[in-house]
Amino acid sequence: DELAKNAAYIGTPGKGILAADESTGTIGKRLASINVENVEENRRALRELLFTAPGALQFISGVIFFEETLYQKTASGKLFVDVLKESGVLPGIKVDTGTVVLNGTNDETFTQGLDGLAQRCQKYYEAGARFAKWRAVLKIGTIEPTELAIQENANGLAMYSAICQQCGLVPIVEPEILVDGPHDINKCAAVTERVLAACYKALNDHHVMLEGTLLKPNMVTPGSDSPKVAPEVIAEHTVRALQRTVPPAVPAVVFLSGGQSEEEATINLNAMNKLKTKKPWSLSFSFGRALQQSTLKAWGGKAENLAKAQEAFLVRCKANSEATLGTYKGDAKLGEGAAESLHVKDYKY
Amino acid sequence: KPFVDVLKEGGVLPGIKVDKGTVELNGTNGETFTQGLDGLAQRCQKYYEAGARFAKWRAVLKISANEPTELAIQENANGLAMYAAICQQCGLVPIVEPEILVDGSHDIQKCAAVTERVLAACYKALNDHHVMLEGTLLKPNMVTPGSDSPKVAPEVIAEYTVRALQRTVPAAVPAIVFLSGGQSEEEATLNLNAMNKLQTKKPWSLSFSFGRALQQSTLKTWAGKEENVKKAQDALLVRCKANSEATLGTYKGDAELCEGAAESLHVKDYKY
Repeated sequence: DELAKNAAYIGTPGKGILAADESTGTIGKRLASINVENVEENRRALRELLFTAPGALQFISGVIFFEETLYQKTASGKLFVDVLKESGVLPGIKVDTGTVVLNGTNDETFTQGLDGLAQRCQKYYEAGARFAKWRAVLKIGTIEPTELAIQENANGLAMYSAICQQCGLVPIVEPEILVDGPHDINKCAAVTERVLAACYKALNDHHVMLEGTLLKPNMVTPGSDSPKVAPEVIAEHTVRALQRTVPPAVPAVVFLSGGQSEEEATINLNAMNKLKTKKPWSLSFSFGRALQQSTLKAWGGKAENLAKAQEAFLVRCKANSEATLGTYKGDAKLGEGAAESLHVKDYKY
Repeated sequence: KPFVDVLKEGGVLPGIKVDKGTVELNGTNGETFTQGLDGLAQRCQKYYEAGARFAKWRAVLKISANEPTELAIQENANGLAMYAAICQQCGLVPIVEPEILVDGSHDIQKCAAVTERVLAACYKALNDHHVMLEGTLLKPNMVTPGSDSPKVAPEVIAEYTVRALQRTVPAAVPAIVFLSGGQSEEEATLNLNAMNKLQTKKPWSLSFSFGRALQQSTLKTWAGKEENVKKAQDALLVRCKANSEATLGTYKGDAELCEGAAESLHVKDYKY
């Protein structure tokens, strides 16, 4: 079955996903941070920098595209999807169209994108995409997340997943619980378990084949306004939450980095893979900011910085590859910004 | 000597059935829910004091044209979750048993689909009720064709069963102890063995919780006569050893088959 095969491949030990699906608005903020103009050529140049970085793609099993990027080419005229294909990397596509506030809630949201989704997926499949991504967002507050928010987001994820599978795309199920807040790690764990249980019930209700899906959850951590804890503690709480909710049929769990710095995210992932406990799914990464931050800074939008930037990218790819094997020694050459927190309060993509 | 002490000395944990049987669900076609929640906490405390360390509650569902209905699945899952939460509060490990009866003319795919739907509902309910999965056990039916359908090989049963579990049972659950339904002693052992031989993801151990399938030939051999005790105990040992090997995937199918070991124990619409 193609879906199960592709999902399993993405979870290959030693590999993970590069989330390069920043929407035009979001990538604009990144470019602005290095004083680069948000025009199509610059967006294209950045992605070309990443996809052609020497030695990097061997550590990447999949790249998530934003729609514009799916049809872009290298300066020499080769489609990005073909660049990936040649290195055995699966192209993926972000298919949601963003979040909208849920009526009657305290700014909780649901995710849109179901309208015409089947047709869009068919188009993306023809363009070479083999997996998709849909980001649902929940937050922890005094009464949040509410049952309504959990149900709506779980249901949206399940509907999207079912449609994807009908079109040959492996759905990444992403129920992100924002790190914002003063809550402790136990609260995050309880909410994560509740949310994941709701997701898998919804996926079952919608007849989604779990072997052909991936999970992209938050790690279980203290809130951003709470004291930090050791990677081993994060690893323990995270893996336990997954053991309690994620059926073994799911081939791989590819964590989002939330607001973690590049180095934090890598060390936490490494700690999880070192843990000696039941882990019937591989534990890998689907990082955006946590793979690109120091690369962006090294590039600064200047052609003469290309090699330096690509080296910085390779450093993070290799470090995260080792983290999926539990062999990262924390000795990656830290580029500027690698230890910098990437947390932005109430982050809107 | 109290039986619980006999067990204790043999390193065996005593368990206790705590449900009070099934009652028909209003407006359904013979579907049921399980009773036993009233005063359950007090009863569990008493049982714990008597030496019990785990409990069992049997929920029953059936496959038919329209069954199991969403109502039956929800009620039974909820009952299991309420019972499980109360047990844990009293120090008893709850065995979660959502038996889907084998009766019917459906094929193995149908059984698999229903089993997956039922188990998914159970684990959602257990999560809703804050039950700690690490301190529970699951006692499901194996995934098989219906009793009126042609039989299939143990390897096929093993494949469908383990896949259904992979799709629904979180890794935090330490062990799955199958019920034997109406299977003969030998069938149940062979099927369990086939599951343990399967090379695939199995983060829970796969074992047995057999009644009829452990006692049938023992019963026949004993026939209530004092002089048959030793022979009957030999028969029990044969099945215990065979099933032990089945949990390791090393059963060679060569257990001395006593009278009745290959006899189907299926009784239509079985009422306990």
